[in-house]
This record gives sequence, C-alpha cells and structure tokens, in this order.
Amino acid sequence: MEEHRDDLASKTGMWLFLFTEMLLFAGLFVVYSVYRFKHPEAFHLAAEELNVFIGTVNTIILLTSSMTIAMSITAMQKGSTKLSLILLTVTVVLGLAFLVNKYFEWNTKIHHHIYPGSEIMASWGQGDILFFGLYYFMTGLHAFHIIIGLTFIGFVMVYIRKGRITPDRYVLLENSGLYWHLVDMIWIFLFPLFYLVT
Amino acid sequence: MSDEKTHIIPYRTLAMILVALVILTLISVAVTRIQLGPYTVAAALLIAVVKSSLVLTIFMHLRFENRFFAFMVTGVILLIGIVIFITLIDYIYR
Amino acid sequence: MSATSTLTTNAEPSYLDYDNHRKGIFAWILSTDHKRIGLLYMFTIMSFFFIGATLGLLMKFELIAPGKTIMNAQTYNAFFTLHGVIMIFVIVIPGLPAVFGNFFLPLMIGARDVAFPRLNLFSWYVYLTGIALVLYSLFAGGGAPDTGWTFYAPYSFKTSTNMLPAVLGAFVLGFSSILTGLNFLVTIHRMRAPGMTWLKMPLFPWTLYGTAWIQILATPIIGITLLMIVAERTLHIGFFDPTLGGDPILYQHLFWIYSHPAVYIMILPAMGVISEIIPTFSQKSIFGYRFIVGSTLAIAFVGYFVWGHHMFVSGMSGVALFTFSFLTFLVAIPSAIKVFNWIATMHKGSILLDTPFYWAVSFIFVFMIGGLSGLVLGSLATNVHLHDTHFVLAHFHFIVFGGTGFAFFAALHYWYPKMFGRMYDAKWANTGWLIFFIGFLTLYSPMFYLGIKGMPRRYYDYDEMFHSGNIVSTMGSWIMIAGIIIIVINLFRAAKSGPKGEQDPWKGRTLEWTVPSPPPVENFDKIPVIEKGPYDYS
Repeated sequence: MEEHRDDLASKTGMWLFLFTEMLLFAGLFVVYSVYRFKHPEAFHLAAEELNVFIGTVNTIILLTSSMTIAMSITAMQKGSTKLSLILLTVTVVLGLAFLVNKYFEWNTKIHHHIYPGSEIMASWGQGDILFFGLYYFMTGLHAFHIIIGLTFIGFVMVYIRKGRITPDRYVLLENSGLYWHLVDMIWIFLFPLFYLVT
Repeated sequence: MSDEKTHIIPYRTLAMILVALVILTLISVAVTRIQLGPYTVAAALLIAVVKSSLVLTIFMHLRFENRFFAFMVTGVILLIGIVIFITLIDYIYR
Repeated sequence: MSATSTLTTNAEPSYLDYDNHRKGIFAWILSTDHKRIGLLYMFTIMSFFFIGATLGLLMKFELIAPGKTIMNAQTYNAFFTLHGVIMIFVIVIPGLPAVFGNFFLPLMIGARDVAFPRLNLFSWYVYLTGIALVLYSLFAGGGAPDTGWTFYAPYSFKTSTNMLPAVLGAFVLGFSSILTGLNFLVTIHRMRAPGMTWLKMPLFPWTLYGTAWIQILATPIIGITLLMIVAERTLHIGFFDPTLGGDPILYQHLFWIYSHPAVYIMILPAMGVISEIIPTFSQKSIFGYRFIVGSTLAIAFVGYFVWGHHMFVSGMSGVALFTFSFLTFLVAIPSAIKVFNWIATMHKGSILLDTPFYWAVSFIFVFMIGGLSGLVLGSLATNVHLHDTHFVLAHFHFIVFGGTGFAFFAALHYWYPKMFGRMYDAKWANTGWLIFFIGFLTLYSPMFYLGIKGMPRRYYDYDEMFHSGNIVSTMGSWIMIAGIIIIVINLFRAAKSGPKGEQDPWKGRTLEWTVPSPPPVENFDKIPVIEKGPYDYS
C-alpha cells in the first residue's frame, strides 16, 4: 500500500516540537524574571561586563542567517536547487561565525575567572552570581541548540544533494527553517535581557 | 499531496524584513544608551517582541498558513506569560 | 496470499500473527505497528508496576510497627524515592496513553496507524533508556537517591546519593512522553476518518487530545528544571542555593509547574476510559457529550495554574496563597461535571453487569473520595495541618491509584477480547476485582485518619498512637496484592487458553468494535465513512 504523504502533518509536528523548545527556555525565563525582580541593580551592573558590540554583531549574524534560510526555501520552491544549497551554506557559515564569537566571549570571561563556581564569583554579590549563572546557562543552552540546528541543516543539505529533497518535496527543508528561526528568536530575547539591561 | 496553493515569499520581501530587523536591533541598542530608568528594559523587550513578530509572521510563514498555527503560537506565548506572571505574584508580594 | 476485498477479513492475519519479515522477537521490538507498540509498552509497564508495588509492600511492612522493622531510615528514604519515581514517571504518566492510546486511538478514529509510526517506536526506546538510567541510579557509587521523587532543592544538590542518573532518567522519560503527545496531536488533527468531525469523535480520543497538549506544553518545564539541578550539582550555578542568592522555593515552583499538570496527564485518559465504558454498559448514549468535551479542555487549561497548592506551607506570599487556593477550587468543577454526566448516563440505562462496569463504578467511588479530599487540602487553613501527613498520601493514592489505576484495570478488562481475541473468566475477574477493591480501601482509608491525627509522611518510624491504624493499613496491602495476583493470573490464563473473544462482546458502538478480535494489521478493510455520533444506541 502506497504511503500517503502528508506535508501538513509533518509541519504540524515540527511546530509542536518548537513549542516544547519554547517551553524549555520559558523555564529559564521564569528564573531570570524572578532574580531580576529581586536584584535589579546587580543585574544592571553585571550586564556592563558584557560586550554590547559583539552581542549586536552576533544578533545581526543570526538575523541574517534567518533571512538566508528563508531565501533557500524560496529558491527551492522556484526550482533553483543550486541556489538553495548556496543559501544554506551561507546560513551554516553564519551560524558557525556566531558560535566562534560566543567562544571568544566565553573564553575572555573564563580567562578573567568569571564563571560559576570560581573564587572571584564567590566574592561577588548574590545578584552578580545569579546574573552570570543565568548568562552561562541560557547562552550555553542556546549555543547547544544552534549546534542542533546546524546539524539539522547539514542533513537537509545532504538530502538535497541526494535528491531526497526536491522542488516537489521540501517539507524537511521548511522544517529545518522553522527550527532555525526559533533558535534566532530565542536569541532575539536573550540579547536585550543580558546585554541591554545596563 | 498538499492541494493548497504554495505561497512563495519573494527574495525582496525577505531582504526588506532583514533590513527592518537590523534597524530595530540598532534602535534597541541606542535606546539603552538613554537613561529611561525602569522603562529601558521594557523598551528593549518591546522591540524584541516586534522583531519576533516579524520572524514569526514572515520568516516562519505564519501569516500565510492556516489560522490555526497562529492561534496555537499565541496560546503558547500567553501560557508562558501567565506562568511567569503567577510566579512573580509570589515574589512581588513577599 | 489472497487479495479478497470482501467484508470478512478472516483471510487476513491478525496483528499478533502478522509476518513482517522479521524473526522472532525482532518482529515485535522493531515493529512500527501501533498495536504491537502498545503491547510493548504494556509489558514494560506491567513489569515495572510489580517492582514499584513490591517497594510499596515492603514500605508498608516496615510501617506495620513503630521503630525499625525490616529496614533503616536511609533505606526507607531510598525506597519511597524509587517507589515514587517508578510509579509516577514509568507507570502512571505513560500508562494509559502509551498502552491503550497507542492501541486504540487509530482504531477509534478510523485510521490505520498514528501519524508518525517510526517516531512511535523510537518513543518506546527513549522510554527504555530513561528506565535504564533510573535503575542505574540504584546501583552506582553513592547509593540510591533519597530525596523523594520530588527532588527538592537544596537537599537534591547536597545529597551524596546518585542524583545525576536518576534526574537524567526522569528527563529522558519526559522526552518519551513529549514524543507520544506530539504523535497523538498530529494523528487526531490529521487522520480522523472522513465524516468524523471533532464533535463526532469518541471521548477517549478527546481525553488523549487534552492530555497530549499537556505533555507537549508542561513536560519541558520539568526538563529544564532537572537540568538546573544537574547544573547546581556540577557547576554550583546557584539558582536554588540560598548561599549564592538562589531560592529553594523557586525550585518548588518550577517542579510543580510541570508536576501538577502531570496529574492531569494521569487522570484525563482515565476519565476517557470511563466515558467509554459507561455508555456501553448502560447501552445508552453518554449524557452531555459536549459538556464532557468542554470539561476535558477546561481541566487541561485551568490545571496549569494551580501548582502552588503543593507549596502552601513553603513560604509563598499571601497573595499567591489565595490565588492558588481559589484556582484549585475552580479546577474541581469540570471533574465534578464528568461525574454527574456518568451517573446521568447510567440513569434509566440498560445496565450490563460485567467486569468492566464494576471497575468503572468503583473508579467513580474512589475518585470522588480522592477528589473531595483534595478540596480539604486545597483550603489554606486545613492544608497547614495536613501538609506532609498521611492525609496527603491517602488523597493522592485514592485519586491516582484509584483513578488511573482502576481505569487501567477497567480498560484492560474492557478491551481485552479485542486486543487478544480471547475472553477471560468473568468469575475470577470479578473475584479479583472485589478482593482488590476491599484491599485498596483497607490500605488507604486509615491514612486519612492517621494524617488528621498528625502522622507525617516519608518517615520510617512513628509514635505508638498511630500503631493500630498502620496495622490495618499494612494488612490492606496484602489483601490488595492478592487481588492483583488473581487478576493478572486470570488474564494470563485467558491469553493462553481462554475461549475465543467475540468481535463486539459488550455491544459497543465505537469503531474498534467493528473490526475483528484481534484486529488485522491495517485495522480496517476500508476506511469507514462516519455519519453518526460515537454513542448512537438508537
């Protein structure tokens, strides 16, 4: 019996999975809200330790990558498989650039002994400890999801190469786009909450 | 097979949305340079909400999908908001 | 292999015998057939139920007398932790959806399988992985976890017992729950038979729908909370550590933001089962179908906002206290609506007195006791006196074991002929039920009294004044287990040598009764076209 393909079912499944990711981060936003409410000045001051320039650059990198993956879907819909692959490559490169920036940001902090459990942290106020705990946890979890997203896109690119994703059958590409946009949206909120509360 | 007419978003539209998103990002950075006190965060968050709406409606295609998806997304966001609100009720009134 | 397309499908092999080109056990553990997956879950769950029940029996035996009876305090703490983790995360949360939802959802909506059959099989493997992690925590270095299944901070990040595998096990089990919910939501949205509008769908699928939303939207919260415990233990991140600025009560908030809706994951499908059995055994359409649908969605929704009633004495603000108490009373209303509708269905119905009916009616009885005791706990003043006493234990065993447990047995006896094509001995089934029911009441009823008198929970020792109540309760546990043994042996015997099960032994009206017992692999010869409502007894 031939399998009846149901793209809408596939897309619905992906959206439902996105909801679980939103709720996962929501738990952390609950923690952020509570501790920001309790320590508004400390969060305000601790945020000044972060580099707004790198944060802004990273934000723009991710926003651009959202555009490129959306364009890759347009390209596929128009039958330009090659252009679609190029745009996906650009998306991946941008995602990797984000991770590289993050690596340098974290590295600088850790080099200055600013990380959960360090002696310097222990000597700071509680608001600072909580701010940086949240910073590392939330941006770390976010970076992990970037890696997942890049892996997903990687698979999609292989499938396009192998002809398993075509202009007639591209719901998997759309789903990878949805996942990537979600990762972008989470950063859209993380950026002001950590870098712009000065 | 889907029998819905496939909606294709033009490259130009996507590029324009990116421009809007970048401008909003730069505005949110600039706004925090100005001392608005407690409203600084609110302003930055509001801009983040606008940016997310653009990503959701255009990049994620919600504007052109079956209404039910937008309904579900709104519901989830409301749920998260209510949960944060009720949790804060504990802390605000302690 | 004949390709007859006649109405009789006797030529087609049933899902039990179907040869899917794999040998032996691989035909089962690599099958993507929702019916086989349902049975895979059933055997796993029943095996672990016996482990969880044994832990419970041994705990009850420890409590038969004050002081140490068979174990010391540390062991007792590990026992109640493991008992809770197994019963909650391995048995009751997956229970009805993974077994009967998997088996019957496609059948009841006129589909051949769920939306994502391979994801379905994958969910079972994720489930097994979670169980393996939980079991590992028993044997690895630091000893079995002793925090209680609630893993409260700060003890959960200070204890030297094996928290990491237990917590990660719970995380993985949650993931399995999410995947099942996702699968069911898409199945119900996309795969109902032609003509089956939302309001023509039977009530068990409706409850699976409400449950699936909770699985999707609530489970991730405990996921992230458990990860925070991991971060607290490994990185000293400080979210719940008062010395670093954290608030242990925030842990409780996050934990219960999931774990309260989780109890609705447990009870909604149970109510769905009862909503199927009552109309069939009254040979009458369900009273107030729309109200039952509405109450299902209302419970799922309002259930998100009552979590603080587990935390009344923790130190929350006054405003939070009365907000949560008020919402708790509100959420009781839709449950009561269901009870009224079930009873109204039976009124002037043509009652079939048989095993599933006994289970359904006793469900209503114990569920009401459990539910009403919940109102006592939901009231702020009485809660102060009763929190962390045996009253709470009685409440949740009545409502969870009495609720989901009774419904599981009810579903088992209702759908057994359909699932296995055999019929069990009714006399032994009813005897088992009666003994179980008496044992259940004997075991848990004294706990209400013991709690009011002040006996705390999670203590292996107690004051002499609580002794006689505990003796009665422990003896109740032996009677109850005797009942379970009779029930299980009866069902196993029927599988091996019972008489042939009929296609529709109870004269039910929902779609699963229109296919052979046991069903063929593809469920339906032809996908039915639905014209009437689900309980049309005209």
